[in-house]
Amino acid sequence: MSFIVDYYNYWIVVFLMMAGFYIVISANNLVKKIVGLNIFQTSVFMLYISIGNVSGGSAPIVADGITRYSNPLPHVLILTAIVVGVATTSVGLALIVRIKRAYGTVEENEFEDKDDLI
Amino acid sequence: MFEQHSPVLPIILPLIAAPICILLGRSQLAWLFATFISALGFGISIGLMLTTLDQGVLSYSLGGWEPPWGIEVRVDAASALVLCVVTGISSLVLVYAKESIAKEIDSSQHTLYYTAHLLCLAGLSGILSTGDAFNLFVFLEISSLATYTLVSLASDKRCLTAAFRYLIMGTIGATFILIGVGMMYMKTGTLNMLDLAARISEYDSSRTLNTGLAFILVGVSIKLALFPLHMWLPPAYTHAPSAVSAFLASTATKVAVYVMVRFIFTIYGAEYVFHTMGMDTILLVLAIVAIFKCSFMATVQSNVKTVLAYSSVAQIGYMILGISLVSTLGLTAGLLHIFNHALMKGALFMAVGAVLLRTGSVDIKAFQGLGKQMPLTMAAFTIAGLSIIGVPLTAGFVSKWYLVTAALEQQEWTVAFLVLAGSLLAIIYVGRILEAAYFKNPAEGTTYKEAPLLMLIPLWILVFANIYFGIDTSMSVGAADTAAQWLTQPSSSPATALSVNMGGATQ
Repeated sequence: MSFIVDYYNYWIVVFLMMAGFYIVISANNLVKKIVGLNIFQTSVFMLYISIGNVSGGSAPIVADGITRYSNPLPHVLILTAIVVGVATTSVGLALIVRIKRAYGTVEENEFEDKDDLI
Repeated sequence: MFEQHSPVLPIILPLIAAPICILLGRSQLAWLFATFISALGFGISIGLMLTTLDQGVLSYSLGGWEPPWGIEVRVDAASALVLCVVTGISSLVLVYAKESIAKEIDSSQHTLYYTAHLLCLAGLSGILSTGDAFNLFVFLEISSLATYTLVSLASDKRCLTAAFRYLIMGTIGATFILIGVGMMYMKTGTLNMLDLAARISEYDSSRTLNTGLAFILVGVSIKLALFPLHMWLPPAYTHAPSAVSAFLASTATKVAVYVMVRFIFTIYGAEYVFHTMGMDTILLVLAIVAIFKCSFMATVQSNVKTVLAYSSVAQIGYMILGISLVSTLGLTAGLLHIFNHALMKGALFMAVGAVLLRTGSVDIKAFQGLGKQMPLTMAAFTIAGLSIIGVPLTAGFVSKWYLVTAALEQQEWTVAFLVLAGSLLAIIYVGRILEAAYFKNPAEGTTYKEAPLLMLIPLWILVFANIYFGIDTSMSVGAADTAAQWLTQPSSSPATALSVNMGGATQ
């Protein structure tokens, strides 16, 4: 039981990762695919933030009387990854706008040519 | 003073030049500027290769923060070799692009094309020269985002769904790499590649590290389109503008192969990946299936760009085959094929782009009778096609020769036989196109002019390179061999590293 409770954040990460991945694969609507991709990426952000925790450590801001700090590096890394995620989302959404204009739909099963399926 | 900063210049130059390209506004100016920057990068890369072959590794600390705390830019023989390929092909493609994109991309988007190309080049150079595992992910995403944009620039609407599929697959691949890097950091507490290598070798077996390796290898396999994770590649290369196909087919997947080599040999160590984890058998089987399945797929396509795209996946199989042989000779063959395949696939896609410009189609029917009407283009296509088959006196023969030798050295007779049998399929798919071009009559009343000079010059430079590196192999084989020696003995590299710790902050 303590295995589940102690590592609850990692269980959330695994759940979100699989849920996001499943949405990317199964969704028929392109916007939903992007949503799934976002959930998938967010789970990785949470994984990184969890790594940074040092047991008993305080927030990494220098202050009197505190000797144990959490590791700030993973947080900084994940800031970069969040920026990358936002950029990917915007490129994906821009593509969806153009797909909507060209095909008149963002539902995969409504594409006329089967070769265009994503 | 530029000499001290030369390891970082191939990244910085295109990165700064990309926004300037937009500001220039005019297509003509942006073209000149982008080509100039790319050629400059090529010159610097040649210099870097000569230095690394002569003196060993070049290390550069970004911002003056010493590794392993700061981000290290680290150029060794392997990075310099692929860097030369990438910047060289990029320069030739940019020269070629001016005429090619005039018909294929809307004129309001020409400057954006050059900008995205430069950003992609910056990302690829970054992947090749960084010494930091997380930094590698960031550059991977820079190049990938630029690539999705490049693919979607074509005027055909099918490029949009192809780009979207590429975006979904590419992002999943990159995120897998991110997870893997996170796992490595979790266990070792470092992101510097050499530091990682030193600390990973202290563990006999760790489930976290094993899982990290699995994530990274699957992620990189998506990026390099290893069978069966290649489904994004054929539509993306088919529907992208020809100049983009030529650039991506000869650089993007090659850089991903380099990433795989880097993770296997430098960070985890060949012993760990191949003996403890048993990855060599998996990679070998996937590579052989890729060669046969995708070569076969290439023989039944009617769109010539799709034929070349499937052929690319098959050729990636040869590179992975070389790596999975677990020997210095096998790695040499793999790296050599990265170099040679860039030359031949670049030339083939350029020739097809020239045909598209004149005939307006890339269907195999459009090639009928072109042997007489566009003799220079088709001659170039023929020579590059022979190179892909592996005919003697072409670059393709050299890599096949080394691959077979490496397989025989390991007593893998079946593998050597299969490599040769794979070439027979290449004869069929290249032969079909050549048959249409030379032995069929053109449709009634159609006459096409030869391709413009600006397209023929870069095309023929690549074709001559194919012949030159098929005859005089001392340069390409020498560089690939030195790179493979470095990679298979990573323990010797830190001691001989030449440090150039001259970041901006310390001056």
